[in-house]
Parts: sequence; C-alpha cells; structure tokens
Amino acid sequence: MALSCQPLGSFPPRLSVCVLLIVFVAAASASHDAPQDGTHDPTNVTHKKGFPVLLFNYDHVRTPFEISLWILLALLMKLGFHVIPRVSQVVPESCLLIVVGLLVGGFIKAIGEKAPALDDTLFFLYLLPPIILDAGYFLPVRPFTENVGTILVFAVVGTLWNAFFMGGVMYGVCQLEGGQLASVDLLSCLLFGSIVSAVDPVAVLAVFEEIHINELLHILVFGESLLNDAVTVVLYHLFKEFSAVGTVTVLDGVLAVVCFFVVSLGGLLVGAIYGVLGAFTSRFTSHTRVIEPLFVFLYSYMAYLSAEVFHLSGIMSLIACGVTMRPYVEANVSHKSYTTIKYFLKMWSSVSETLIFIFLGVSTVAGPHAWNWTFVVVTVVLCLVSRVMGVIGLTYVINKFRIVKLTKKDQFIVAYGGLRGAIAYSLGFLLPDHPMKTLFLTAIITVVFFTVFVQGMTIRPLVELLAVKKKKETRRSINEEIHTQFLDHLLTGIEGVCGHYGHHHWKDKLNRFNKTYVKRWLIAGERSMEPQLISFYNKMEMRQAMMMVESGSSAKLPGLISMQNIQPKVESRGRTIPKISKGREEEIRRILRSNLQQTKQRLRSYSRHDLFADPFEDMNENLSEMRFRKQRVEMERRMSHYLTVPANRQETPPVRRVRFESGETLAPRARNVGPYSSPADAISVLEESPPLRPNRRSDGGARRSTEHGAQATDDDDAEEETGEPPTQARRVSDPGPN
Amino acid sequence: MGALNSLPDEPQYVGLAEKTGFSFEQIGILHKRFKQLSNNGETLRREDFNTIPDLLCNPIRSEIIEAFFDRRNFRQTDAVGTVHEIGFGEFLLVMSHFRPPSIRLDDEQKEVIRTEKLRFLFNMHDTDNDGTITLEEYRHVVEELLSRSGALGKETAKGIADAAMLEVASISMGHMEPDEFYEGITFEHFNKLLKEFEVESRMNIRFMNMDTTTLCK
Repeated sequence: MALSCQPLGSFPPRLSVCVLLIVFVAAASASHDAPQDGTHDPTNVTHKKGFPVLLFNYDHVRTPFEISLWILLALLMKLGFHVIPRVSQVVPESCLLIVVGLLVGGFIKAIGEKAPALDDTLFFLYLLPPIILDAGYFLPVRPFTENVGTILVFAVVGTLWNAFFMGGVMYGVCQLEGGQLASVDLLSCLLFGSIVSAVDPVAVLAVFEEIHINELLHILVFGESLLNDAVTVVLYHLFKEFSAVGTVTVLDGVLAVVCFFVVSLGGLLVGAIYGVLGAFTSRFTSHTRVIEPLFVFLYSYMAYLSAEVFHLSGIMSLIACGVTMRPYVEANVSHKSYTTIKYFLKMWSSVSETLIFIFLGVSTVAGPHAWNWTFVVVTVVLCLVSRVMGVIGLTYVINKFRIVKLTKKDQFIVAYGGLRGAIAYSLGFLLPDHPMKTLFLTAIITVVFFTVFVQGMTIRPLVELLAVKKKKETRRSINEEIHTQFLDHLLTGIEGVCGHYGHHHWKDKLNRFNKTYVKRWLIAGERSMEPQLISFYNKMEMRQAMMMVESGSSAKLPGLISMQNIQPKVESRGRTIPKISKGREEEIRRILRSNLQQTKQRLRSYSRHDLFADPFEDMNENLSEMRFRKQRVEMERRMSHYLTVPANRQETPPVRRVRFESGETLAPRARNVGPYSSPADAISVLEESPPLRPNRRSDGGARRSTEHGAQATDDDDAEEETGEPPTQARRVSDPGPN
Repeated sequence: MGALNSLPDEPQYVGLAEKTGFSFEQIGILHKRFKQLSNNGETLRREDFNTIPDLLCNPIRSEIIEAFFDRRNFRQTDAVGTVHEIGFGEFLLVMSHFRPPSIRLDDEQKEVIRTEKLRFLFNMHDTDNDGTITLEEYRHVVEELLSRSGALGKETAKGIADAAMLEVASISMGHMEPDEFYEGITFEHFNKLLKEFEVESRMNIRFMNMDTTTLCK
C-alpha cells in the first residue's frame, strides 16, 4: 500500500499518514499468523522455484518495528498538534494525546486485534524513569529547599488525609448503597483510596509546563507530586498485603510508619550514593568526553532500579541522584556533554510522556470495565472535596510557620493542580486479581480523565482569571545573582547578630562544608575552587558570546552602552602619557600587531570542532578546550566591542586575560607569575585598536619584547608598577615572538 | 511563657513596638541579645560585633556592621553619616528592616515595605553617602563577595562588576552616546534593576517567638 502524499479529502496530511501507519501496523500484526513462504527449508528442494528476489519476512523484526512505529506515531501526533495552533492553546497536549490514544485503541479493537495495554513493567521500568530524571536533574534546588517544609507537609500529611478520607467515605457509601458494592470491605476501600489519592508528577508536569505559573506554586505542587511517592508506596503495599489477610493490627500500623521512614530515607540515600559515584566518575572523564552523558544516565537509572529492588521509593532515589550529581557533573563535563545531557533528557522525557498518555487512551478502550454510577461519581467528587479540604486545612497550619504566607489564590491553585495520572492507573493494574479490580480500574480511569481533561483544560483560563503571578520569562541577570549572594550573606550575618541559628545559618554551613571538602573530591582541576558567582558569570559571558557569534554581528551597534560610558575618567596623575619617540612608537606598534596576528593564527587552528588535545597542552597546566573556545569568542566579542574606543584612554578596560601558549619552546621565564596556578607564560590579549594608545599594557608588552634591544625607559617601569597590582604587570611578561 | 509577663521597660517598649512593628515578645528577646552583645551596657560599639563568631567568616561582615551604625537606616529623614555607638532603639530600627511583611497588607503598603528594604540594600552599597552607587563602590561589593577566593577572585571581580554596571546602564538608560558618562546607580535605577527580585519576600528572617507565643496565649 502506497502512502499517498496528497491529503485525503479534508484531512490534514499528517493525520492521513498516521492513519495509514496505523492500518499498516494492524495489518502487519494481523498477518503474522499467515505462513511465511520461501525463507526456510533450504535442503528439501522438491521442485525448483525461482530464486526469490523479494521476500516478506516480518516476524524477526516484529518487536522493534512495532515499538518504533508506536513511538513514531506518538511523535507525529505531537508534531501535528502544533500545526493546529488554536487547538493547542485551548486544550493541553496531554488531553489531545489521550484522545489520540482512544482513537487508536478504538481502531485496533475495531479490526479485532488485541491492543497493547499499559502494563506495569513497561510503565514503571521504561516510561516513568526518564520523566522523573528530567524533573530531578533540572529541579530548581533553591526554591525547593526554601519550601521543603511546606512540600513535605503537603506530600505526607496531605496524601495520608486523602487516602484515609476517601477510603473511609467510600466504605460508608458502599455500605449504604448495598447491592453489588456491599462486598467491598474497608481494607479494599482504603487500598483504593491510597491508589487514587496521590498527585501524579507526569500529569502535573504536562499541564503546569504549559501555563507558566510562578515558581513558588510550581515547585509546591510538583514537589508534592514527587515526594508523595514514598507515602503511596507504603500505603499501597500495606493495604495490599492486608486486604488479602483481612485485618490490620496496631503493630502493623507501627511497622508501616517505620516502613515509611525506611522507604523514603532509604530511597534518598541510595540516590545520593549513586549521585556521588556519578560525580566522582565524571571527574576523570576529561579524556573520554564522548561517553560523559552516558554516565549520568546510567548511574541515575541504576539508582532507580536499585531502589526498586528493595521496594524503596524509586522516584525519590532518582531525584536525589539527579540533584546530588548535577552541580559537580556540570563543573566537570565539557560544554558539549552538558548540552547532550540536557537534550537527551528532555527528548526522552518528552517521548515517554507522549507514550504514556497515548497508552492511557489505548488501555482505556482495551481494558475490561465495570461501570457503577454511584461508585465512580462518588469517587470523582470525593477526590475534589478531599483535596480542597486537605489543602485548606494544611495551609492554615503551615502559614503559621511560613515567612511568606500562602494566599487564598495560591491555595486554590495548589488544590486545583492536584492531578491524577498514569501512576494511579498502573498501580491499579498491578493489583492482584481482586474481585473488585475492574470496578476500581474503571473508577481510577474516570478520575484520571476527569482531572486531566476538566482540570487540565480549565486551569489555564482560571489562572488568567485569578491573575495568578506568572513565571518571569527573563533569564537571571548578573545583578540578580550578585544580589542573591549578597542577600544570602547579609541574612546569615543578621541571623548571627540576632543570635539564633536559622535557615540561613545552616545553609551557609552546608555551603562551606561543600566548598571545603566535597568539591575538592568531586570536581576536577582548578574549577573546584571556583566560587559560584564566577561560574555564573562565565556561563553568562559564554552565552552572550555565543549569541553574538551566532547572530553574526561583528560590528558594535551604534548607540548601545559600552565600557567607555561607565568607566570613570581618570584624572591625569602627573605625566600619564609616557613620551616615546615616534620611531619607538612605530616599532612597538609593529611588534604588537605581529604578536596579535600570531595569537590569532593560533586561535584559528582551534576553530575546528575537534576534541584533540592541544599539543602544547601538556607542557603547561591543563586548559580545557571549553575555556579556549570561550576565550576566543570572548576575545572576538571584546575586540568588536572596542572598535570605537577613543584615544587617550588611560585605563584599560578589564579585558579578561586570555592565555595562550607562546610559539616557541617554553624557555623559563625571567619573571614567574606568583599567585596563579594557571600557566604563567601567557600574553594578555591586547586590543586591536587603531592608532596606538600609549597605555600601560602596551608599554609592558613593548618593554618585554624589546628587552634585548634598546633599553626600555626605567620610568616606564616605575610608572607601570604604580597603582596596579603587581601580578597584572607580570602577566604581560611573555616575550612573544622573539 | 509566664516570665515574659514581667517586661521591665514596658512603656518604652510600646513606643518601640509602634515604630518598628515588632511585638513585645520579640522586643524582649532582642533586648536580651542586645544586652548580651554590649556586655550589659547601654550602647553597642563596632568592636562588640566582633564577639559574634558566625560573623567572622562572613565575607561582607564589614558592610553589615557598618549598616548598624549608618544613620540613614535609623528612619530619620535626611540623616547621613555614621555614629560610633548605638542604643537599643537604633538596633531595633535596623533589625526592623528584616521583618517579614504581614499578610494582610494591601499593595500600597507592600510597596512601601519593598522600598524600605531596597533602600537598606542601597545604603549598604553606597558607602560615601552621595546617593549613587559608583562603579568603584560596586566593584568593592563584588570584591568583598569574592574575597575568599584569593587573587583569582579579585581580578574577575572587576570584570563581573563592570558587566553588572553595563547591565544597569543598559536597563536604565537604554542608549547612550559614546561620550556620555553614566554616573552611577541611583535609587530609581536600583529599584528598576531589582524589579523582579522580590526583595519583600526574600529579605526576611524569622524573629523568634513570632507566632508560637500567639498559640500559647
């Protein structure tokens, strides 16, 4: 069957392609029963057939083929939604994907095939981890730790409240209703309650990503959905065990509480161990950059699986691993690996999420259902009611301990954002053959659909209506970073003056511990000593430089603010312009220009995007190639920036010292750089300014390069040393091309 | 909590409570701390702050100490300069800048509190009292922040401060001619710069017995 390229009637082309793909899949899976000819039986040649030019052997590629086809379908759907802009603005993507899943499931059922169900192994082992890892690795740690108390209260106490309230009331309703429901005992109801009560991270992520709500609310709901996994695991196992037995004793209750602590703390510990291992491994990967991302993924996945082995909370383990690993790995890996990690995580989590929702739709159609109006409706209503009551009650208590209180609007969003999703469905699926299993599954599916469709679709207009604060779109600026750090130290200091050990004090202690001990072990090279402000600044500069290079602008735009606008005009301190003769000036200029050309040439040799080690690198300290490229781009940027620097500027702008090896063999220098551990033999980048400004930098350079020639004036020497820290003068000590 | 019923300086506390917004219990606790720091004296000097061990490893400790002695933080209009010793009233006034805003404020009051806190930060940076933060002063701030990173910090501090200053200038002034000169960050520019920063919710510390006493009562 040929795939037609023209739209079928009024269908959008992508949809038609998908429909045809689906038909193909269905036909292929239907045809696997048909006998395959012509591939086997080489020995008994009873009659000579022609040599088979074209064969059809679908069997041995069946599984990977179908998996790939499903994933392709999912991604094409995702693509398709963005072609139709109006729909994707009103309806969140998750809803659309479920609808597609329903259609596909319906189609497969219609042609008589058995649709693949969202079985729990597939879900828990393959589809869920990428999403959680993505969330955990990019978890905004600062708001998370600032609100961790609130999040824990919502996650633990809130989920417990939901589970017990729902279970209890459901039991009451079932008893009242009688009939088919009378056989549902209390423990089953509690089990059902525990499954349905947990807020689902996948659904929350899917919906909240699109509404761009402010950071606090986002982290509250999302953090809750992550941390309630421990509670859910414990409750689920507890009730599952005992609904078989029939009774729960007090001892079991106590053990359950202990189990909760073991599950959650154990999960965190396992994750932290793997995180530290991952960070430590990344310290040594400077020669094998290509496999760096794999370490991150594999250690995290191992953390998840190891936690699952012991029935600890895999989600918490994965989060702990990502959070622990991230700062050290990011300091160690190359820039490309960092990008790779980021994009692979986003890619996998996106695919997983899409597949989960589609499968949810398919399973709905496929699965056995037992509809009971009372049960289902009461479940849905109770979910909402118990959530709202829980949030309001808990917020009342929490606000007594919070500095920044949660307003009514915040409470509403937190309550309304408590979506249920595929985890609840899979847990229901995992139930052993319980008499009420299909009833439970139906109810769970209905709740999931309700929350995802109704709440997911209406939350966006509600956010607009209530004018809830949105996430600020701009990137953090260097000023904000400076003030964040400043404020941290200030508040720690004030707490010290007040005399009590508050939140900031402990955070400061942790930071210092981190800096003194942990970073030294886990970060390679000299970056272990780099303070956060500097790394932030470097990243920012890198980003700006990349943007500048990419946008292709080499000339400074007129009218923008540049360094000269903010540099204070230094009053002349006596003789500021050293008098050099014209001839000398020419010589200096020539030498500088050739110097600069040399360095530019060397730079060009690094412009190939390769990972070869610099041949000169092992002669000096190890400079990572990231620093090279960054500095090269930096230099280009700075050079273009100062094209219109006027003459007579006395103070050089603070060009970051770029270090390059000198061309010659590295003879020991006359003056060695003192405090720096980085390569001493470096020449500073001189600005490519038109007429030579006799500034101090060039004097230094000139002096060094002509030290064999005419004697440099000693008063230049004296003049240079005044007012500047001696290190800067020494750094200009490269003789350059002698 | 019965011991707190016998507050010695009750009438004085009333005045202070009104000025600073602290509750009586908080004032009592801070008074105890004040007496501890000043060795039961009536005034605090700069040297008394050296007895606080936590402050010693703080990179901006000198700025913090200076802030306590800066008259601009005493909520007297148009007072400039520094003093050598402060009494409990001034101590409390400076501390009140870190009180979290009450939830029941309307937007205008929130704006007032936000301006106050920003003003405090501004005064910490503007050490020469001229109403602007010059490039030198800003460089000094960044250097202090990086002061524990040795010489590497000092040199990059300059670069960072310059980049930050460039940013402020871009935000506040937009375009400037090549020979125009940006004097420094004024308070409005500072305000504009930190618009997204949410100072009013971040620059707070929890003063002890803030709410637990209400439960006890």
